[in-house]
Amino acid sequence: MKLNNIFAAGSLAVLVAAAVPGIASAADATIKVDGSSTVFPITEAVAEEFQISKRGKVHVTVGIAGTGGGFKKFCRGETDISDASRPITAAEMAACAQAGIKYIELPIAYDALTVVVNPKATWVDQITIAELNKMWSPAAQGVVTQWNQVNSKWPAAKLKLYGPGNDSGTFDYFTEAVNGKQKSSRGDYTASEDDNVLVQGVEADANAMAYFGYAYYAANSSKMKALKVVNSAGQAVLPSEAAVLDGSYNPFSRPLFIYVNAESAKKPDVREFVEFYLTKGASFVKEVKYVPFKAGAYATALAHFKAGRTGTVFNGVPAVGLKVEDLLAREAK
Amino acid sequence: MAGAVETARAQLYASVGRRKLLDRLFVLLGMCILFAALLTLAVLFLNLVHDGAGRFGWDFFTSFPSRIATRAGILSAWVGTSLVMLVTVAVAMPMGVAAAIYLEEYAPKNWVTAIIEINVTNLAGVPSIIYGLLALGLFVYKMSLGESIATAGLTLALLILPIVIVATREALRAVPRSIREAAYALGATQWEVTAHHVLPYSTGGILTGMIIGLSRAIGETAPIITIGALAFIAFLPTPPLSGDFPYVNFTWLSDSFTVMPIQMFNWVSRPDPAFQVNAAAAGAILLGMTLLMNGVAIYVRYRFRKKINW
Repeated sequence: MKLNNIFAAGSLAVLVAAAVPGIASAADATIKVDGSSTVFPITEAVAEEFQISKRGKVHVTVGIAGTGGGFKKFCRGETDISDASRPITAAEMAACAQAGIKYIELPIAYDALTVVVNPKATWVDQITIAELNKMWSPAAQGVVTQWNQVNSKWPAAKLKLYGPGNDSGTFDYFTEAVNGKQKSSRGDYTASEDDNVLVQGVEADANAMAYFGYAYYAANSSKMKALKVVNSAGQAVLPSEAAVLDGSYNPFSRPLFIYVNAESAKKPDVREFVEFYLTKGASFVKEVKYVPFKAGAYATALAHFKAGRTGTVFNGVPAVGLKVEDLLAREAK
Repeated sequence: MAGAVETARAQLYASVGRRKLLDRLFVLLGMCILFAALLTLAVLFLNLVHDGAGRFGWDFFTSFPSRIATRAGILSAWVGTSLVMLVTVAVAMPMGVAAAIYLEEYAPKNWVTAIIEINVTNLAGVPSIIYGLLALGLFVYKMSLGESIATAGLTLALLILPIVIVATREALRAVPRSIREAAYALGATQWEVTAHHVLPYSTGGILTGMIIGLSRAIGETAPIITIGALAFIAFLPTPPLSGDFPYVNFTWLSDSFTVMPIQMFNWVSRPDPAFQVNAAAAGAILLGMTLLMNGVAIYVRYRFRKKINW
């Protein structure tokens, strides 16, 4: 009697094993998106509304493998769309080319990388890129440990740094803008892939400084102070929607992207989804606390998509402080 | 003379008293530790329930994830977790029990068996992310099962297999030797002894091992993320049971999915604090699911125990 149960479980396992090879090829009308967790909230919102508008006839799945992890899958042809918080790199371009994957690069929103301190840090309201470089360059590791080592007007207090981990596109962008090279950073700071950990760090420590995406600052603005960043024209500018749009919050405004597999783009469902993204996306972008482009930029991006313009305008070379209008005007390679 | 006896008796009483005190002290210490452990669980659970209080409701169980915290639910997550656990049990239970029976009852005691035994024990200590990487290479790419419920179930089954094997062996070992000998004396073969006596008597212990294994599997995030579970999925897998012949189908095994820990991880790392409430509520529900699963196993174990009369 008892043994029968065990045999039943055993035969179920055999059934499972037998059924498995047959099911692998099951067809599905699902749009697969994976990639950056920074872009995730936008794509999630668009996917949610798109599915509602299609009354559940089209399925969209969104993963959070990270920008790099997303491109790995994308270049193997496993996903239709890749979320990216930075442009595709030369190595990823090569991987895609080798697999014969062509893609359409579409900027979808701005994020403003925000440098924050504890509200009790009354000595600092603005910061220059040179000062940030002094704090965050690899050479600062173990050397720059006090605020006054960066700027003599600041107190001799311990400098506590918080930042995203090195799998993050935010980390890539910040290091490129501040240290001139992607992924080149001091290593002796508190790193976390979960930005809320960074938020808590700054909240609890008067001597702390951190950087992360604007959405995390916007949700916690009462608990921390954003620093004005001195831009290329020498003005100190606070991160805001207006400053991002007029290009004065540089170099820390960055465009976010989706990359659409050119082959997938021929499918009507994927086509419709991307068109929905570019026409209706702006309001969702705002809802999840990112900065939407001006309407014209979305129209241009949509035109590029409709024309099937493949390739990237970056050609694997990272760039900082670009306005989306300039970026869209560039020739794709 | 009488004085000497009195002294000896007093010494004896003092000694007994001292040792009894030690006895009681240990009981007290043991109870303190037990309560500390239970208290931690209770505080954790109550804290989650308190933080997530606003979200418990039918809607939370029947809604898909959403960008709006109060609209978001755990439907795809709890269905995903349940189906993945189903595959895990279906694979880990027969494989683990069979392996343990072989090792305990049949395997010759030689160096090959010794190496296998050491490695089974070692496997129990391998970090779960390693299983994720193995599964990514083996199940996702080599066997092209894709990023599916089947892959996740098989991965977690591998992960808990050592736990199940070790626990089952312990349970088999606890069956008194006299039972086996009595059965042999009546002419039973080794298989009959194992199937009719040893296995039924050790079911309780085997189920305990299964519970420990599943409780670990249900909370795993790392290997599931590695094999590509999704963060946003607003549809359910194909139902395993249907009204038409043959009533049971297996297409759900190849469907994409998400699980509770991933949904929680995603919510915890969102900027909007409202999602933290969702994460707490989902955490309490995940704990509840684990306790429910354990409760079922404890009940089954109790039923089995009642039937045994040695």
